[in-house]
Amino acid sequence: MSGNGADQGASFAFAPEAIAKVKAIIAKYPTGRQASAVLPLLDLAQRENDGWLSRAAMDHVAQILDMAPIKVYEVATFYTMFNLKPVGRHLVQLCRTTPCWLRGSEELRYAAQQELGIGLKETTGDGAFTLVEVECLGACVNAPMVQINDDFYEDLTGESFRELLRALRRGEKPAIGSRTGRQGSCPASGPTTLTEIERR
Amino acid sequence: MLKDSDRIFTNLYGLRDWGLEGARKRGDWDGTKALLEKGHEWIVEEIKASDLRGRGGAGFPAGLKWSFMPKQIDPKRPHYLVVNADESEPGTCKDRDILRYDPHKLVEGCLLAGFAMRAHASYIYIRGEFVNEAKNLQAAIDQAYAAGLIGKNACGSDWDFDVYVHRGAGAYICGEETGLLESLEGKAGRPRLKPPFPAAVGLYGCPTTINNVETIAVAPTILRRGGAWFAGLGRPKNTGTKVFCISGHVNQPCNVEEEMGIPLKELIEKHAGGVRGGWDNLKAIIPGGSSVPLLPKSICDDVLMDFDSLRAVRSGLGTAAVIVMDKSTDVIAAIARLSHFYMHESCGQCTPCREGTGWVYRTMQRMVKGEASVDEIDRLNDVVGQIEGHTICALGDAAAWPVQGLIRHFRDELEARILVSKGALTSGRYGFNPGIAAA
Repeated sequence: MSGNGADQGASFAFAPEAIAKVKAIIAKYPTGRQASAVLPLLDLAQRENDGWLSRAAMDHVAQILDMAPIKVYEVATFYTMFNLKPVGRHLVQLCRTTPCWLRGSEELRYAAQQELGIGLKETTGDGAFTLVEVECLGACVNAPMVQINDDFYEDLTGESFRELLRALRRGEKPAIGSRTGRQGSCPASGPTTLTEIERR
Repeated sequence: MLKDSDRIFTNLYGLRDWGLEGARKRGDWDGTKALLEKGHEWIVEEIKASDLRGRGGAGFPAGLKWSFMPKQIDPKRPHYLVVNADESEPGTCKDRDILRYDPHKLVEGCLLAGFAMRAHASYIYIRGEFVNEAKNLQAAIDQAYAAGLIGKNACGSDWDFDVYVHRGAGAYICGEETGLLESLEGKAGRPRLKPPFPAAVGLYGCPTTINNVETIAVAPTILRRGGAWFAGLGRPKNTGTKVFCISGHVNQPCNVEEEMGIPLKELIEKHAGGVRGGWDNLKAIIPGGSSVPLLPKSICDDVLMDFDSLRAVRSGLGTAAVIVMDKSTDVIAAIARLSHFYMHESCGQCTPCREGTGWVYRTMQRMVKGEASVDEIDRLNDVVGQIEGHTICALGDAAAWPVQGLIRHFRDELEARILVSKGALTSGRYGFNPGIAAA
């Protein structure tokens, strides 16, 4: 935990606005079973801490849930969505698994590395982008795709992905989902089913 | 082809309002109270009569699973329904569409299934990456509470029922039902030894049933239209409709709800615009998500898409995620990528899986480059056989099967790759292109 080179932060506490969220999360689980809230509280702490979990943040969650800190560290290190060192403002996750690979995920990786000038697991000098590869994100019929922070961007090409990254760099908020304008998982040329049902 | 009037997921593509008002227009929450009034046993029997088999991959009969729950409630051990929305099997993205575009089908299903198994609470465990899908689902749950459909005296039935969303945090293994329970209890998602089975000792040590999203979301329609309606679709023991995900080398990748047992070729040609370059350009298909063995074109030509038909050709329906590979595919590299996936996702508690998945990936990397000996193909087959069946959960099997399928159907290609790299073969259709082989 201490060997990752990141300054672990002197202290962490949930902001007053977050306290209500913390209480609502814990209330979902039976009395005495508050440890169930560890994933959602670590997620909330990460969101409140610029996208990563410091030791101080994990300790704070342990204290709230009355868990041994080591139990929280074990959870934080088991799940891939917890970042144990700082990440850029845009965490770019490239899906690398076979369905995306068949449709050009390698091209996306090349495009991102060219556009951002960084390799995998690296962050741009201005702290804007971190680039990582991840396993299947579950949007396989819209491959190749990436996740950037909370949002999926789908049906990408090398060129449309570069344009997406440029738009983010310009501070824009590109529309999420398919970059070809396709609706959800519908065939690109239009639905082959559900056509007899009145559109509402 | 399945008629639209027999389709359950009528907002699969999100073309219509996914909220409560839109859902009600599509028939959701219609007469739910009357269904509840027919009683716990009636619901279970109707699901049994439908022959619905679990949609998460294993295909276990859903009604039978529900019937394993105790008939009496011990006040100290409340019953739980847990919905597995940790959709992570490569190739699979069907539950995502239900969660974001038809969430009321799932919420109503939770109430009906939960009531049937005498549960007052359900947890929907959704993969952490589905942030926006979880928002839609939570909004639907909030609407259902506000309308009195769930919560205290749900639908005026005198049955209290809560539905909670619980987001995961990135771990394929939490899609395994006992790994999911561990995760839901706030621990690393390491699967539990069975028995005891969750129906006896599940969440917080209480009787629990875990079902896939699609299994629960089809239940209200089955109960409204009758188990016999559902059982009349498809083939015996392989009944109903199914959401298929068609990815890879097709002209129009898509999700589509079709009748169980549709021929694979028809599924791809009718809905996914056909294989890129035409059916004769097909090399192989993984018919049910990454865990099931791939099939060469000769089998794909006439195989039917259901549990028993695919088992008969030594593969499986799995999650019905159809991954299509045309003749341009380096099929060895395609499977090597999956070996990387299982290595990455192994939770590490069982030695054969923890050590074996890494060994298999490293060997597969050499197979991609042809830097192996022909004897090693047998050794690889032997090692994956030592993982299969020797672990607590099915991840070990899932790591073995894709490699077994590759060796079974493409052994000539593995051998040729090796011989080409040794200079023993110099030409022919197995020519090695290092540019596409990086795995």
